Amino acid sequence: MMTKLVNKMKANNSRYTCLLLILLTSFLGACRKDLQVIPEEQEGVIPADPSRRLQGFYLVNEGNMGMNKASLDYMDFSTGVYRRNTYNQMNPAQINGLGDVANDVGIYGSKLYIVVNISNKVEVLDAKSGKRIQQINVTNPRYITFKDGKAYVSAYLGKVGVPNAPNGVVIQIDTASLKEEKRIEVGRQPEEMAIVAGKLYVANSGGYTPLNYDTRVSVIDLNTFTVVRNIEVAINLHRVKADKYGDLYVTSRGNYLDIHSKIFVIDTQTDLVKTRFDIGASNMVIDDDVAYLYGSEWSSNTGKFSLSYGMLDVKDEKILNKKFITDGTEANIMIPYGIAVDKYTKEVFVTDARDYVSPGVLYCFDPAGKKKWSVVTGDIPAHFAMVYK
Amino acid sequence: MRRNKFAHQGISACFFTFLALTGVGGAVPLNLQAQTHPVKTAKQDSLEKLNALKLEKVNALKEVQIKTIKLSRRQTSSTPLQILSGAELEKLNSLSVADAVRYFSGVQLKDYGGIGGLKTINVRSMGSNHTAVFYDGVQLGNAQNGQVDLGKFSLDNIEEIELYNGQKSSVLQSAKGFASASSLYLKARQPNFEPGRSNRIKAAFRTGSFGLLNPSILWQSKLSERTYSTVSAELKKANGRYKYRITNGVYDTTAVRTDGDVETMRLELGLNGFLADSSKWSVKLYGYKDDQGLPGAIVANVFRFSQRMWNRNFFAQSAYEKNIGKYSLVASAKYSNDYMRYLNPDIVTTSGFLNNTYHQQEFYFSLANKLKINKYWDVVWSADYQLNDMNANLDRFAYPTRNTLLNVLATRLHFDRFDIQANLLSTVVSDKVKSGPSAGTKNELTPTVMVSWQPFDQKEFRIRSFYKSIFRMPTFNDLYYTFYQFTVLRPEYTKQYDLGFTYIKGYENRALTQFSIQADAYFNQVKDKIVAVPGTSQAMWSMRNLGKVEIKGIDVNIQSAWELAQAFNLSLGLSYTYQQAIDADPKSTTYKNQIPYIPLHNGTFLAGASYKKFALNYSYMYTGERYDQSANIPKNYVQPFYTHDLAMHYNTQIQKRKIRLTAEVNNLLNQAYAVITNYPMPGRSYRFSLTYDY
Repeated sequence: MMTKLVNKMKANNSRYTCLLLILLTSFLGACRKDLQVIPEEQEGVIPADPSRRLQGFYLVNEGNMGMNKASLDYMDFSTGVYRRNTYNQMNPAQINGLGDVANDVGIYGSKLYIVVNISNKVEVLDAKSGKRIQQINVTNPRYITFKDGKAYVSAYLGKVGVPNAPNGVVIQIDTASLKEEKRIEVGRQPEEMAIVAGKLYVANSGGYTPLNYDTRVSVIDLNTFTVVRNIEVAINLHRVKADKYGDLYVTSRGNYLDIHSKIFVIDTQTDLVKTRFDIGASNMVIDDDVAYLYGSEWSSNTGKFSLSYGMLDVKDEKILNKKFITDGTEANIMIPYGIAVDKYTKEVFVTDARDYVSPGVLYCFDPAGKKKWSVVTGDIPAHFAMVYK
Repeated sequence: MRRNKFAHQGISACFFTFLALTGVGGAVPLNLQAQTHPVKTAKQDSLEKLNALKLEKVNALKEVQIKTIKLSRRQTSSTPLQILSGAELEKLNSLSVADAVRYFSGVQLKDYGGIGGLKTINVRSMGSNHTAVFYDGVQLGNAQNGQVDLGKFSLDNIEEIELYNGQKSSVLQSAKGFASASSLYLKARQPNFEPGRSNRIKAAFRTGSFGLLNPSILWQSKLSERTYSTVSAELKKANGRYKYRITNGVYDTTAVRTDGDVETMRLELGLNGFLADSSKWSVKLYGYKDDQGLPGAIVANVFRFSQRMWNRNFFAQSAYEKNIGKYSLVASAKYSNDYMRYLNPDIVTTSGFLNNTYHQQEFYFSLANKLKINKYWDVVWSADYQLNDMNANLDRFAYPTRNTLLNVLATRLHFDRFDIQANLLSTVVSDKVKSGPSAGTKNELTPTVMVSWQPFDQKEFRIRSFYKSIFRMPTFNDLYYTFYQFTVLRPEYTKQYDLGFTYIKGYENRALTQFSIQADAYFNQVKDKIVAVPGTSQAMWSMRNLGKVEIKGIDVNIQSAWELAQAFNLSLGLSYTYQQAIDADPKSTTYKNQIPYIPLHNGTFLAGASYKKFALNYSYMYTGERYDQSANIPKNYVQPFYTHDLAMHYNTQIQKRKIRLTAEVNNLLNQAYAVITNYPMPGRSYRFSLTYDY
């Protein structure tokens, strides 16, 4: 009797075991979807305007560090469509895509150059099609600017793995061969550059040594490609923008504690600092006679960053009592992170990086400061390259 | 385009398969249940009070009737408890504690890959800072970042790993034991001698993929009838190299991880014994040293990293336990000294490569007292004091010191079928700094209530439930890291509600000898989550109490043991976790999205078979689709992964000396996957080991 029962049980058990194995096998095999290149997304934003002189602009999203989520968007005014994440679909075979932390973008001739900081490269695309041409390897590159068939890239370190070589470099790249031609040592952790009358000005931050920031703008004579002068400005320099009157607007980030962010004006005739504005500027764009800027100041009292938006008259070198956002939209902007102006319509484009780890927002304001439209971007929308007719 | 439609079809299909699988697991015993013998109750014998003698008899009767089952702490604990111990641990494909905890339900192991990659545990989605790790009863602290790298704890000297949700269910414990949302207990091997012997040596050698060379030795000695000593030493050296594959369906490339090399040394000395009054004491010295590469995120154009890290950890701890009639006492003390150096040659300052050193010290004293008021009622008062300090060669460093005082009043009522515990924890934390603003003093009061109930006459089925409110303090990094702006931070609070049951059944004269299941449903809230918030500069962040997360989950564990033929044993184990962990902050841009790296479904399946001298162990691990950032959109989508691991063991004896040979294959099907985006995990890898035990 007992044996019978046990046998019956065993039969039952083996049936269950069998069923279990079948289910297990199907479960083990069926759970991953096919891999797919992350597709481009298109969103109609405004009516098509093929006659507009600003055909469109590229917007580079930095992506949070380590996430490898730098991406390229394109706002096409001729169709009114915003194209999100264009790089992957155009260049699906590129291993790990555009890369990690895109820090700058520029168009020169028919080519689009994207500086990808952590990925140690300048990615060169065809500006029309968005197809990749090739990459130029540069260790820790920051910003790019162009002049007379050459691209100039600032990079944090000139030599890698050398403990007594803290200085950065400016690298000259030929835009036809896309090869590095020359490099020159500048100050520590060089950032933005501007070229005025054959001279390249680069702001040195020294950000790797916070107790001993660099304080100078290095001046490179592009004919001889030598540093001809270092202009003493202030600690932790970042932005350099040229106006049409031969002046440079240079920002100092301060030390984020007791020394606040400021704007300095350098006269390139004398290479001397001639004016200072005690207003914080994280970023700035100059169009005609107006500098559009935004800044943030940390307040120990409130424990918060306070954001400010401002305009400067670069002709008279004075603060304008005007705002480029007038309709209260700034209350929705968590972190202004990029800015650009249409030189014909004077519309202002401002990006919001939100919390850095979710998609950002691009806003368009009309010259009166009213929001015209907005669209969701990639992560940390930051840098613009305008495409004019 | 809000959601990736196609991604969900495959998932639901496999979820239902899993459910079916779980269902079958559940159906087997339900079928058998009808034929089980009912346990006689004491009720019909007497409606009046039972006298003590009678009760004893009844208990004895029950013992006989369920003799094939051992009701372990797993069943009686009023908080969910999962245990891996002894033989089970040896069978698993595991090198470190991190490998083993993956088999627990409700757990996500954050694994940055390979031997050198950081591995931390996240229990029930509350975040890794909410799990306390205890080593031989005393917490392993890290005031700097609150995280314990479980990859650094070798299984070689570990006898048992326990994971409690809520807290350990024993009422007599240090105040620290009450002070975390969940607790992982690691227990070192206890001295154990065969009759007539006073020395035992266990030596092991492991080698295999990653260039692993791992010799270890354990020597236990009986110094006197009441005093034992343990020496445990281990060396681990590996180049950490492994092949991984990255693909998007168009490109498909294989590369080699080159920067996960490790070299570690561990030496532990233990003395323990009993005094004449049968009180227990123990002393432990622990030393650890490593030198390792830091594997970084594999991003476009970057495949190698030059960052390195060195750790030196030392601690000394001692415990004493005594019972005097109705009074019991547990006292413990600890001193620890931790040093860490981080070198980054990619950052060159005016004084050379970025080279940071961190030095932490901790002093800890604990006293737990229990008074047994009567047969049913215990009252406990535990008090802990802890001092932490930290030095670092960072610019403008605050040099913080933290005093923590914990006091707990706990009570437990335990009856034959019902057990209730409640406690109130008072935490006073006071920070002092040498420069800059300090977080000052914080005072918190948090309760826990837990019950365990046997609703029917059978002991096999129990219902349990707990509520716990607890928090984690902001760490030194949260408060004083130089690149963060100082802010006033509140603790990060969690609230847990749990309801579950355990069931166990033993069978005689059947193939199935034992079946057990435990299942829990829970709801957790995390509020005032401490998150880094960026400023307009990427270099400057500030820490804020911002996020809010709500977690609804189910954990299921099923285990069964089979004797299919003479000397042919089979054990099957299944664990399943469902977790809906959503961003519950209405102001967040990703409100109601599933939080990063938490899959809706994950599970494990374990099968072990042994026949005479041979044993085979198979484990399968499934982690469902996840998102790697807070927005649940296609570009943040992370593929599910599932790995198959296999281990073969051969046990023999040569003149009473036990020899064990093991061969392991991990990631048998060579699946390309990553737990953390851009930290690819190894493909197929092998490990071989030889163990000698006498």
